[in-house]
Amino acid sequence: MSEDLLRVPFPQRAGAALKDAFLQEALTIATTKFIDLRREAFEGFPQGDALRDRARGIKEATLQRLDHYLGLLADNVERLGGHVHWAATGEEAREIVLRLCRDRGVRMAVKSKSMATEEIDLNEALEHAGVTPIETDLGEYIIQLAHEKPSHIIAPAIHKTKGQVAELFSRELSGRFAADPEVLTAVARKELRQKFLQADLGITGANFAVAETGTLVLVTNEGNGRMVTSLPRLHVAVMGMEKVIPTMTDLVVFLSILAKSATGQKLSSYTTLVRGPRQPGELEGPEHFHLILLDSGRVRQIGGPLREALYCLRCGACLNVCPVYRQIGGHAYGHTYPGPIGILLTAMLKGTDSVKDLAHASSLCGACKDVCPVRIDIPRMLVELREQVAHEHVAPVAERMLFRAAGRLMASPALFRLGARAGRLFQRPFTRGGKLRSLPLFFGRWTATRDLPPVAPRTFSERWDELDGPKR
Amino acid sequence: MGPGVKASIMITCLGDLFFPEVGEAMVTVLRRLGVTVDFPAGQTCCGLPLFNSGYHDEAARVAERTVRLFGEAEHVVVPSGSCAWMVKTEYPGLLKHDRILKAAADSLAARTRELSQFIVEVLGVTRVESDFAGKVTYHDSCHLLRGLGESRSPRTLLRNIPGVDLVELPGSDECCGFGGSFSVRLPEVSTAILDKKLGNVEATGAGCLVACDAGCLMQMGGGLSRRASRVRPLHLAQLLAGGRR
Repeated sequence: MSEDLLRVPFPQRAGAALKDAFLQEALTIATTKFIDLRREAFEGFPQGDALRDRARGIKEATLQRLDHYLGLLADNVERLGGHVHWAATGEEAREIVLRLCRDRGVRMAVKSKSMATEEIDLNEALEHAGVTPIETDLGEYIIQLAHEKPSHIIAPAIHKTKGQVAELFSRELSGRFAADPEVLTAVARKELRQKFLQADLGITGANFAVAETGTLVLVTNEGNGRMVTSLPRLHVAVMGMEKVIPTMTDLVVFLSILAKSATGQKLSSYTTLVRGPRQPGELEGPEHFHLILLDSGRVRQIGGPLREALYCLRCGACLNVCPVYRQIGGHAYGHTYPGPIGILLTAMLKGTDSVKDLAHASSLCGACKDVCPVRIDIPRMLVELREQVAHEHVAPVAERMLFRAAGRLMASPALFRLGARAGRLFQRPFTRGGKLRSLPLFFGRWTATRDLPPVAPRTFSERWDELDGPKR
Repeated sequence: MGPGVKASIMITCLGDLFFPEVGEAMVTVLRRLGVTVDFPAGQTCCGLPLFNSGYHDEAARVAERTVRLFGEAEHVVVPSGSCAWMVKTEYPGLLKHDRILKAAADSLAARTRELSQFIVEVLGVTRVESDFAGKVTYHDSCHLLRGLGESRSPRTLLRNIPGVDLVELPGSDECCGFGGSFSVRLPEVSTAILDKKLGNVEATGAGCLVACDAGCLMQMGGGLSRRASRVRPLHLAQLLAGGRR
């Protein structure tokens, strides 16, 4: 994502987000709605828990033999007349797409929503190469018009209010449009219809790819995935290697929990299954189909500490419930994937250094783990990332010294008692009405907004003898 | 069910230093239920702050001390869900490299309970005599709720105090924004989360906010005090002990 944005340290980015009144309004409305819809969807679905366990089991087992299933998928895609490309890095994936554009004289590409193509900054690369990318998911279309990045995995324009979208459309599409979602959707629909017909290339990601049949699965709510994969003469799909699943039966398991977790729907409005290019005798579909399998740091985590992050279905449920995400939104995280799972994915794709601040952008409340359809233990992996940050000396020296000292204090009752006494001396000039309301130095980070109870005149340990006395 | 049961108090660092009255209330309640209470000397902290920040070697040393300190305890009772969670779910992993320590950690994990769980599950008591009266609301601490899967015991005990009118807190299962070092690493975000929580608390009209975790009480209490709220933050033990003790 934008290097400019990352030049500002994370705490400042978060602070700015807290002061953005539009963002706050949009986030509160949208995340609350998502949470309620998800809860209702699972309340009426008693099989949900067992299916979530099963889905997790499928992901675990598939990763054990990822090479086998990817090989099977590639064989089946090729058998159907498609082409498979293996990209070790995002750059390689971009190059493959650009080469195809050059070879086939592509001028315009329509895209359905894809986090994988966001991850590899494909739109920028296409523009540089003279190919016009058009996002056709409504949310993605909005942020493309606004020259922004997605701030949520499934609701890329979640940070915008309908009023802001109306203003944006009125400015960019020359007209005056009311802040009415139906009106605005109709406007986008009309604009996009032409693009679908003009485009030479359709670009998609993949929610799943079924190894045994070579089927690419796209889950959308607007039907744009169907248009993107059937109208242009060329279809390129970019997919993280972990998205492969063994069988169509497995697909049913995932589909039964994915939309419920994401939007609270039983199923999304469209589930598009694509098998290779147009076959002899078929009337629709692209002449050529290319599948790009993207590694970019994923495969080495199969045996790594972030392994479970590879189970992620990109439903966004963990973002909606995260108290931090709900306050700061997605952009403040500064990377393609925001929210709790985004921190793990960023570490996976860009290394531990890139998340030394973000690893701490969680109160470890565990709400993310609770709603995850495949029960990814996000808090545990965040703690493991923190361990790496502390251990590999990425953390600031002062912090490491502080925690080492705290470690000593906690391992020694004598030092602990001494600490309590020192605290009582230190706090004396700052105590007002039985509270500490303003403390200097590091402690000011607490007292700027909250009072602190002073260290008690006598700790519980110091009171125990009296408490114990009369009973003996 | 209490008589004959022996319990050792794990006071926790925050409980010891900042909320000794919570520890006293806990002793009062347990004795009222006939439990013989002791307090192994030399307690410090469970090591959760070290663990959560990634300082696992240091946390393991603290865990080793704690496991030894409570080696003889029949039951260990903790007035904080997060510390109980630490002992129950993280100690065995932290001490897995030493077979004897690991076994001791497993044993301690099995003997340790958060206070409300100890009263309801171990003692089998759902009603504690208390003269506390008033409209109260309850905040589910994250580690107690999602870590230990406990939401019913504290509510049962509260409802069974005759003078208590328990009103549900909207979003009671949402974090208060404490998160240990999170509260000072990202103080603005932590406070924004807290403000939302306290807005919900005040909207209930309750005069008292109850929780079972010293960390949450420090955070929410600090916020309530700063906004000069009339809502009093109290630990469950203080309600169970009642006003005249």
